[in-house]
Amino acid sequence: MDWQFLLASLTKIVVFVFLVTLPLVALTVWAERRVSAAIQDRVGPNRVGPFGLLQPLADGIKFLLKEDFTPSHVRKGFYWMAPALTMVPALMTCAVLPFGSTLFGEKMVIADLNVGPLFVFAIASLTVYGIVLAGWASNSKYPFLGGVRSTSQMISYEICLGLSIVPLLMIYGELNLSKIVYEQAENGWAMLPLWGEGWSLKGALLFIPVAISFVIFVTSMFAETNRLPFDLPECETELVAGYHTEYSSMKFALFFLGEYAAMIIGSGLAVTLFFGGWSLPFGWLKPDELHGEVGFLTGAIHIASFFLKVIAFILFFIVIRWTLPRFRYDQLMRLGWVFFFEIALANVILTALILWLVE
Amino acid sequence: MATTTKEMEYSDAGSRAPQLEGYQQTTEDLVGEKLVLNMGPSHPATHGVLRLILEMDGETITKADPDVGFLHRGDEKIAENMQYNQFVPYTDRLDYLAPLASNVAYACAVEKLLDWELPPRGQAIRVLCCEMARISAHLLGLGAYAMDVGAMTVFLYTFTQREEIYNLCELLTGARFTTSYTRVGGQIRDLPEGFTDQLSKFCDDFLPALDEIDTLLMRNKIFLDRTKDIGVISKEKAIAYGLSGPNLRGSGVAHDLRKANPYLGYEQYDFDIPIGEHGDCYDRYLVRGEEMRQSVKIIRQVLKTLPDGPINIADAKQRVPNKESVLMSMEELIHHFILITEGIDAPPGEVYFGAENPKGELGFYIHSKGGGVPYRLKIRAPSFVNLSILPDLLPGHLMSDTVAVLGSLDFVMGECDR
Repeated sequence: MDWQFLLASLTKIVVFVFLVTLPLVALTVWAERRVSAAIQDRVGPNRVGPFGLLQPLADGIKFLLKEDFTPSHVRKGFYWMAPALTMVPALMTCAVLPFGSTLFGEKMVIADLNVGPLFVFAIASLTVYGIVLAGWASNSKYPFLGGVRSTSQMISYEICLGLSIVPLLMIYGELNLSKIVYEQAENGWAMLPLWGEGWSLKGALLFIPVAISFVIFVTSMFAETNRLPFDLPECETELVAGYHTEYSSMKFALFFLGEYAAMIIGSGLAVTLFFGGWSLPFGWLKPDELHGEVGFLTGAIHIASFFLKVIAFILFFIVIRWTLPRFRYDQLMRLGWVFFFEIALANVILTALILWLVE
Repeated sequence: MATTTKEMEYSDAGSRAPQLEGYQQTTEDLVGEKLVLNMGPSHPATHGVLRLILEMDGETITKADPDVGFLHRGDEKIAENMQYNQFVPYTDRLDYLAPLASNVAYACAVEKLLDWELPPRGQAIRVLCCEMARISAHLLGLGAYAMDVGAMTVFLYTFTQREEIYNLCELLTGARFTTSYTRVGGQIRDLPEGFTDQLSKFCDDFLPALDEIDTLLMRNKIFLDRTKDIGVISKEKAIAYGLSGPNLRGSGVAHDLRKANPYLGYEQYDFDIPIGEHGDCYDRYLVRGEEMRQSVKIIRQVLKTLPDGPINIADAKQRVPNKESVLMSMEELIHHFILITEGIDAPPGEVYFGAENPKGELGFYIHSKGGGVPYRLKIRAPSFVNLSILPDLLPGHLMSDTVAVLGSLDFVMGECDR
């Protein structure tokens, strides 16, 4: 492996993961608090820094300085491992998301894998271990119940999540996320097929399964990231704090950050699959070919476009959280297995039928 | 507890259990094993210090045992050691979400013992107090209920409205929370200037806000799933357990002391008693919402017909005279001295007075042997009685339903534990 590739990859990892995603996590926490405050006729944190923007920093310092208390009744090894197991997979999935076209002749994706979505699901499914271990190793009843709930919830909704994108993969005939994005830049976003080949009878017909997929995907995403209305593993008013009841200080912060990181990656994946990733609508400023060279300004605009879409998605996550009540555990499982699973399966068949009829 | 050698050898409890001597754990032991979950006394959903000992089979509750008394302060015993008026601040701390209503109920009970009749303006002011307290308490009950099932925003919406009521309380009594507004034989002060305008403005603003809150919940599919057919209390059971207030009416029993046994001139006002159909959590939510609307209706009628005149019992031998005359005239000074040092001279006898408070029938049973202090004072706390149905209600429900049921029963532990 030549050193240039290594250096470029390393730079991308450091910049994208540590300088962009992690601060974005902090920003999301801030946005969550400010937006929820706006929804609830409150002011929200506005004391630390301009508009309270430094509040996440203050929170972070607080987390670091608090006593890292380990209760005597826990299984120490697993107890220590669990927070890392939720945080690391969330960040690892960053690797395959194309967050821009090209910049300085480098493609703006850390690993241009040919199995992008599969990699994301494979890694994301590891998060469940973190939660299960946290619930089990805490050796306490509330975390245990939270852990049990989350196991079944996350495994069930992973299936829906996987099935919901099968129609898209069938339409694009492609598992490489960069190629999927370029395809959308040329022929219309999956959720906005208004130009290129998308603006045709085929595109209009295919919009139906894509829209169904989108609804299932987003709902399952909520369940995967344990956000309200699916935050049963935490479930503040029932399980106190769910699986992380026994955690304090930085270990709790890792769970907390992991949840938000998962939310950002989920938004990134949804944007990539359904809203054309970094591309601008109507094929504006698109490169001539896949990974084609673009100017610095265009490249920067593409990156900005990606993050703007992600932020819009995050805001959607936040608004939903502060509007809806919480499902009950059995209702959630019924929704997952009886409705979404079947609809997703039928959706795959529907897509296949449409593709077969049109071609 | 002393540390045993076993505990030192096996530091975590999980690996210790199978190591106990003579204990061979087999898989058969685990089949049918129940999980005993200690919910409370400090738990986000138990609204204070209720402790529920839940026995669960998986997530299904098989046995529920409420353990109350963590907030017991011995209010009833305290009452035996002080004059009637001195007990008023303690009533603030019964239902601390509606202190004005508890103040009124207590004052009415003592006045019943003394056989006093308040002048019309005094009664009208007390009605205002009761209905404001009802709105305030139901708002909190509704908000906490919604928050328990996950809708946090509703809680803050209701608190915005409660804030307005607190402002009104502050204007009226000088205190936002612990009002101590009533005295035996009247109120501590008349309505302040501008109070009626502010109250009617609140009524105008409150109804749209309540509608907005309802739009978040009333037809929300998730909320309906969480509350419909959950915690169903049948009519017969509600009566058998002695439920009162919105919990009783939610089960379809149209019993409201303001109608059934009018006090404070409630018979003059036109209002309806909302009742539920199925007696489930959703019905109790609806009943509370409608009761707030009826309270607004009553407040508007009171404001329209608010009579002029004295607010207190006029006889200075019974009711403490006002401060100016105490400082200026000899007669009043003597009355004041006697009343403050010896207390109101109550006749011997026993009396029970129940008022329709936000949580249900708050009753005061006073046994007097004459003199300034009660011989025995018993408080019938509606929250305490309402909670007694939990062991019957919870088994068979899922653990998540507990919070919906607790939220819909809307209890307050200050009153329950007394």
